Amino acid sequence: MAKSPSRRPRRLLPPRAKPNLVWRRRLLVGVLSAAFVTLSAAVFYRQVIETDFLRTEGERRYLRDAEIAARRGMIMDRNGEPLAVSTPVETVWADPRRLAEHLDALAPLASVLGLDAGALREKVAANRERGFIYLKRRVSFDEARQVREVIARHQISGIDFETEYRRFYPGAEVFGHVIGFTNIEDRGQEGMELAYDDLLKAEPGLRRIIRDGRHRIVQEVEQIRPPHPGKDLTLSLDRRLQFLAYRELMKAVKEHKARGGTVVVLDVASGEVLAMVNQPGYNPNADRETDADHRRNRALTDVMEPGSTAKPFVVAAALEKKLISPGTRIATGSGMMMVGKNTVRDVHNYGNLDVTGVITKSSNVGSVKIAQMMDYATLWNLYDQLGFGHATGVGFPGETVGRLRHYTKWRPFDHATMAFGYSFSVTALQLAQSYGVLAADGVKRPVTLLKRIPATDGHPDEHAAPSAVRVLSADTARKVRAMMETVVSDKGTAKQAQIPGYRVGGKTGTAKKAGPGGYGAGRYQSVFAGFIPAGQPRLVMVVMVDEPRGGAYYGGVVAAPVFQRVMEGAMRLLNIPPDDLEPSMLLAVAGREPAP
Amino acid sequence: MATKPISTGAIPSGFDLDLEAAPPSILRRLHLDPPLLLGLLALCGFGLLVLYSAGDRNPLIVERQLLRLSLAFGFMCGVAQLSPVTLRNWSMPLYFLGVLMLIAVMLFGDIGKGAQRWLDFGFLRFQPSEILKLGVPMAVAWLLSMRPLPPRLSWTFLAVILILIPVLMIAEQPDLGTSLLVTSAGILVLFMAGLRWRIILALAVLIAAIAPLVWFFAMHDYQRARVLTFLNPESDPLGTGYHIIQSQIAIGSGGISGKGWLNGTQSHLEFLPERHTDFIFAVIGEEFGLTGILALLVLYLFIILRGLVIAARAADNYGRILAGGLTLVFFVYLFVNVGMVTGLLPVVGVPLPLISYGGTSMVTLMAGFGMLMSIETHKK
Repeated sequence: MAKSPSRRPRRLLPPRAKPNLVWRRRLLVGVLSAAFVTLSAAVFYRQVIETDFLRTEGERRYLRDAEIAARRGMIMDRNGEPLAVSTPVETVWADPRRLAEHLDALAPLASVLGLDAGALREKVAANRERGFIYLKRRVSFDEARQVREVIARHQISGIDFETEYRRFYPGAEVFGHVIGFTNIEDRGQEGMELAYDDLLKAEPGLRRIIRDGRHRIVQEVEQIRPPHPGKDLTLSLDRRLQFLAYRELMKAVKEHKARGGTVVVLDVASGEVLAMVNQPGYNPNADRETDADHRRNRALTDVMEPGSTAKPFVVAAALEKKLISPGTRIATGSGMMMVGKNTVRDVHNYGNLDVTGVITKSSNVGSVKIAQMMDYATLWNLYDQLGFGHATGVGFPGETVGRLRHYTKWRPFDHATMAFGYSFSVTALQLAQSYGVLAADGVKRPVTLLKRIPATDGHPDEHAAPSAVRVLSADTARKVRAMMETVVSDKGTAKQAQIPGYRVGGKTGTAKKAGPGGYGAGRYQSVFAGFIPAGQPRLVMVVMVDEPRGGAYYGGVVAAPVFQRVMEGAMRLLNIPPDDLEPSMLLAVAGREPAP
Repeated sequence: MATKPISTGAIPSGFDLDLEAAPPSILRRLHLDPPLLLGLLALCGFGLLVLYSAGDRNPLIVERQLLRLSLAFGFMCGVAQLSPVTLRNWSMPLYFLGVLMLIAVMLFGDIGKGAQRWLDFGFLRFQPSEILKLGVPMAVAWLLSMRPLPPRLSWTFLAVILILIPVLMIAEQPDLGTSLLVTSAGILVLFMAGLRWRIILALAVLIAAIAPLVWFFAMHDYQRARVLTFLNPESDPLGTGYHIIQSQIAIGSGGISGKGWLNGTQSHLEFLPERHTDFIFAVIGEEFGLTGILALLVLYLFIILRGLVIAARAADNYGRILAGGLTLVFFVYLFVNVGMVTGLLPVVGVPLPLISYGGTSMVTLMAGFGMLMSIETHKK
């Protein structure tokens, strides 16, 4: 420090050397050393003493357990046609922290995703501190491709894709009521999707992944649990019959300006439901939020009073007790009779009818007279055994059991009305099931919506046909069926159910609907229930059209034609041979054959 | 340091230190100081290595940094050619140029990241506050070296005014980090000039008295928030506290030996923010562990000690004050950055000197080292 003056004497004056400069240097060195020791100590503390804690904290941030998506089971019809399928789709998500830097590119992004640009901008801005938001879940392949194009074109960062499964229903509204649908979390919400959710549902796997600060998956470390796809479910429904029934029912509902309608087709031998359709319908792919009124599977959730369709069972009960024979004469008098203070009427005055005639003409008076030959318990027992008032066992969510009061609570007029199908209620499926008993020679087989797998197939206990119960003797059943064939004859109430080449049996019903003000007000349910071929029935079908308002309301006019068209098609589709070929028809068939 | 004040002045015989043994070496003729140069090259080389990892192996980042480093080294060499006399004569002009530019910034500066710091010349943008990182210590050194040392109170007062004018302007931008660095540059030069103890004490008391006033009236909300978060990082784990928590996790999970180069999870998984700029020290901590960090600190210490040796052997008061001041500013850089990353200090935007990615501060720092070399090598 003493050297400066010699070099620049004009500007620099000799320093006043002071002892405190020594201290100053010592202080400087001391402070420097202390600083370095402090820094080293801080690092030492983090890296040696706290290292385990901080390492765990770090792992907690990048090691994550993530689900591996698995496929939900497929639902198929009896022939393996897909009715509900899960297809892998992509979900678009974003890291708002990075996406916020591309606000100008949000408009094209919103347009390919079908979102509102302003709303998307607000969503990104509102979540800009977060690292993860869904932009749109389950996009189509086309949308995903367009998003990728936009990303490439605008150099957007912060958008990524994730695989999920989307449920698709190829059967749309035709199967909507039976199948139901799943929610966004892939769980069943309605219908068979809900009833068999435990079977269908996929168990997502679990894997440990390394995820970076931007929520992107960098690497999979290990699979903790493998994904288990759901099991497939095969329904008893036949897709072709279902479509046919849906088309014809819709046509009839439109034609008669009806509120709704239901068709159920049963396989007599197995109790399998081959078709179950309703109107109005809904498309489970799209309008799940529609009126719940459209989503009801009316065949199972709505009840009706069976009306005249119950009459064959009154006759069957009397035949079973040998109280009557088909030829027994029943005096229907003037078409009116008094039961206590109440009157039972027929539409026309039929005079004296035999038992077959009571069925053919659907005489209320005749039915009541036959019913009055037996005690309450006999009629109730048969109804009860036919399944009225009991769950059918299909296990469908929301199924109602109808109402059949115990005979101990009947009054005389109840006994009478029970004879022509009032004072108790059934679902369309219950009615079909009861007709199935007649068709199967008196044997009741539980109905099912699942395909029965023959025991020989190596699945001895899976959906195998459970034990059948005999409700009526085969003889009674055959006699009643023969009477019901006359209903579909030219002199019966259901001429329009005739199918050329086949013997058809059935019964019409035109039930007055009970409303808040009692019966009347011109509201009807037009019903036809029948079987085909009548000799050895293969199918049972119930048609119900609710409140036709087009003028016609008789079951034989409104419901029977639906039966005719659907069953005519079904005979062809199922290759059921005709059992009533008249010579002229045989000739017609022969004439169509090419000449040798 | 106090033991050989006379030795170097007269005869360049190389008696004093072995480090510069061969007297008229090429480096010496180029006015470069071999030990300092060696230390800086080692540091920058290590920095590039770390940057390659911290920048996710992006060659572009390393290339750009290499370009900046070359520029900065060139600048250093250029400054080293100027004699201390020239530096001294340019002290005040540089200071005033810097202040004028700060005024220009206030009037028509660019606003970037919420603060008005930049001056845009069309072909280049830069922060005039960088000039003052050199301008203030040079001006203070110039002022104090005109009188015998230690300075009297009146001169000290003048020096404080020289410091305060730009500091207040920079703080207004607002740029807490730079104003802090410029203040410390000025004060450290004052300290090197042999400020009297009672004045040091008075200054300390003054700062303690002013601090609450600054807190309530001069600081911006975000600055107050940073200090509060520093005191309790968990209070804001997703905001400012996120930086602190993540950097401590990164350092801590490095352990003694580190996870190895390119293997740091916290940094490569993008949890660590600003990992190739202000928080690059955490990457070093995670990948090289305690061993690497201690080695790095030793390297820094070597450079700082060499700077102080140069200061002690300076030919005149100006050189001595300036060399010491600049060296200590370098140290302050290091201390503030490492203190911030390890959680000892609040988050202030100060890069790790010569290693963090970024240009302006590197050129300033290297120009400072050029001055040190000039002071060391122009002594004959």
